[in-house]
Amino acid sequence: MPPIRKVGIKQQRVAVVGGGLSGVTAALELSAKGYEVTLYEAGDTLLSRMRAMGEDLLPQAVIDADLEPLEKLGVQVKLQTLISFNGGDCGIAELIEKFDAVYMGCGQPFDAEWQNLLAKDNLNRIQIDPLTYATSHARVFGGGTLRYSPAPYSPITSIQEGRYAAVSVDRYLQGASLLAGRENEGLCTSKLYTDISGYEPTPEVKASSADGHYSREEAQQEAVRCFPCSCMECVKTCEYLKEYGSYPKRYVREIYNNLCIVMGTRNLNKMINSCSLCGLCEVRCPEHVSMAEICLDARQTMVETQKMPVSAHEFALRDMAFSASDSFAMARHQPGHSSSAALFFPGCQLSASSPEHVQSCYEFLCASEPGGIGLVLGCCGAPALWAGRKDLFDASMQQLEATWTRMGKPRIITACSSCFRTLKEAKPEIQVQSLWPHLNHEELLRGKGNDNSTPYAIHDPCSTRGVEEVEGGARDLLRGMGVLPLELNPRGETTCCGYGGLACFVNPELTARTIQRRAAESTADFITYCAMCRDSFARQGKRALHVLDLIFPEGNDDAAARKDPGYSGRQENRARLKKTMLERLWKEGQTAVKKATSVHIPEEIVALMERRMILREDVCTTIEHAELTGEKMMIPGNGHLLACYRPACVTYWVEYAPANDTFDVFNVYSHRMQVR
Amino acid sequence: MSVKKQSESAITLVCCKCGEEFVKASVTASYLGAEFPIELWKCHGCGVVYIPEELAVGKMLKVEQALEDK
Repeated sequence: MPPIRKVGIKQQRVAVVGGGLSGVTAALELSAKGYEVTLYEAGDTLLSRMRAMGEDLLPQAVIDADLEPLEKLGVQVKLQTLISFNGGDCGIAELIEKFDAVYMGCGQPFDAEWQNLLAKDNLNRIQIDPLTYATSHARVFGGGTLRYSPAPYSPITSIQEGRYAAVSVDRYLQGASLLAGRENEGLCTSKLYTDISGYEPTPEVKASSADGHYSREEAQQEAVRCFPCSCMECVKTCEYLKEYGSYPKRYVREIYNNLCIVMGTRNLNKMINSCSLCGLCEVRCPEHVSMAEICLDARQTMVETQKMPVSAHEFALRDMAFSASDSFAMARHQPGHSSSAALFFPGCQLSASSPEHVQSCYEFLCASEPGGIGLVLGCCGAPALWAGRKDLFDASMQQLEATWTRMGKPRIITACSSCFRTLKEAKPEIQVQSLWPHLNHEELLRGKGNDNSTPYAIHDPCSTRGVEEVEGGARDLLRGMGVLPLELNPRGETTCCGYGGLACFVNPELTARTIQRRAAESTADFITYCAMCRDSFARQGKRALHVLDLIFPEGNDDAAARKDPGYSGRQENRARLKKTMLERLWKEGQTAVKKATSVHIPEEIVALMERRMILREDVCTTIEHAELTGEKMMIPGNGHLLACYRPACVTYWVEYAPANDTFDVFNVYSHRMQVR
Repeated sequence: MSVKKQSESAITLVCCKCGEEFVKASVTASYLGAEFPIELWKCHGCGVVYIPEELAVGKMLKVEQALEDK
């Protein structure tokens, strides 16, 4: 028997009549709930029917051990005490008088003298509700063989009746509904899905003895046939759901509790912010429960109630602000056109990862599509959406909508799956198209790709999971180049690379495991059509190509080994793309940009900055401030300088030394706390 | 980090602005409205406080995260 713990102490008293299985069970349950319980048994001992089974079948010592909790929980046991119906100290009427509730588990047949107290049914038994175990008297409940005889005796049924009756007694004493939420008590049809495909069918073990009872060995063999019924379809496919050791039903409750905490620590904040919002759980779940929806909703609530940890998404939102700023954002009609038949919106991540591809795609679209193709650089606002920042997201959408309106409300062709989905969902009035079908031109694809001697494995981005225009469009391009990739999963069941939902900023360790798990699914080089997915794999050392690497190859470089540019490199690439496009295509020189301080940062410090989410710009600004104000420290041992600077909410520390026209950087760290 | 602790009362760090050495002093760390007294190295002249790397990325980070979850 599992250990029973008493939860609190209540003042109310309960009498349990009958020391059989249902009575003992009810006594244990009610005592554990904190009630003062007295258990009456007419005979010399409890569980006499169990004890009569014989020492070889059920030893007395086992029964005694199972009864020990009664004493530990403080149940008063009164043996040789027959509850009569004729009054006196042990009359039923007196029990009802003295106790707050009475459970009848005594197995007594109906006695005519009870009629004054309790109604009977048409079998002449005490009338007991089969769901609540209530009798006609509000304080009296009944169960066990008293209720279910003349059906054959069943120890399991008796225990069940004692347990469920205890629930009713508790509810009655608490003033709660006896009926609410009890539909699934006892035998019911379960909605639980269990994948049994991994289990070989095995025949039932038959008892060899004449009485039909199992031997010890037979019972064990039969028990081995039982496997744990559980669904876990979503947990099996998701590193995030696995990480927290449970499953969505419990997570939903825990997240709700986390949001309700007024004073105290919200331990689940990081968990809520670690979901990539990819929605694979919803696809896999037989009931289509979406943890993405739950986590996103929780994030929005956290923002609204000002309970979102300030550091969680700040770095990502700063990056988004950069993409929406003049450093990157721009909109132009195609050179020589005063209107646009469509706008090319490559998205901020392709521009950050491979600006050359944006340029190539744009030039191809301009040459192949009539009516003028405008170019819009900027951000769709997905990071704000994922951070639960509805205010920022709405502002971002307004900015984009204003640009779209100014450009004549044409179609938008995007190269980014997240932009595709975000725009489609937030602005259904905008006609959004995937870039891939627009590149499906025989002359463009001819002679590209590989010979399939070392096939690629295709990874679909999660934002457009199951969207044929995007998934199919990308495959058509590959087919057009004669590339036949291996499928990593059934179509429509792709996983997230870890960038989604900004999980990588909150829980980089979990994100790394997510990517490694995906990467391990095939030794082949991956091919994808999302810049962020490609770079996420590259960051974890998985060789990965973007489909544009095949269509617009850059020199003879091993494109699958191309490194992730890093956070600073991503911003620099975006700014460079805008500058190049304006100069080359629109012959516009940008207004003079302040020359950044020249710094030399060794590779290991760059990697450290990535982990600590510190940008090259932060390092430069800190050094500039120190050199301008003289606010710096000297480390006499090596002659290095140490500077700190707090431009906004983070204090950056840089250890550096001047070297000719540049500064050598030796260490970088930051903190948010202020010290005075 | 190349800043070394020489003894309980001295580290190898000089303030470039004041030319002063750093001395141990009680300062106040604050974040999200919470304040704590802490003993750290401070320039005797201008009062700038030195926060070692191991403190910034270790205990200080943990306290910041704990306060953010409050």
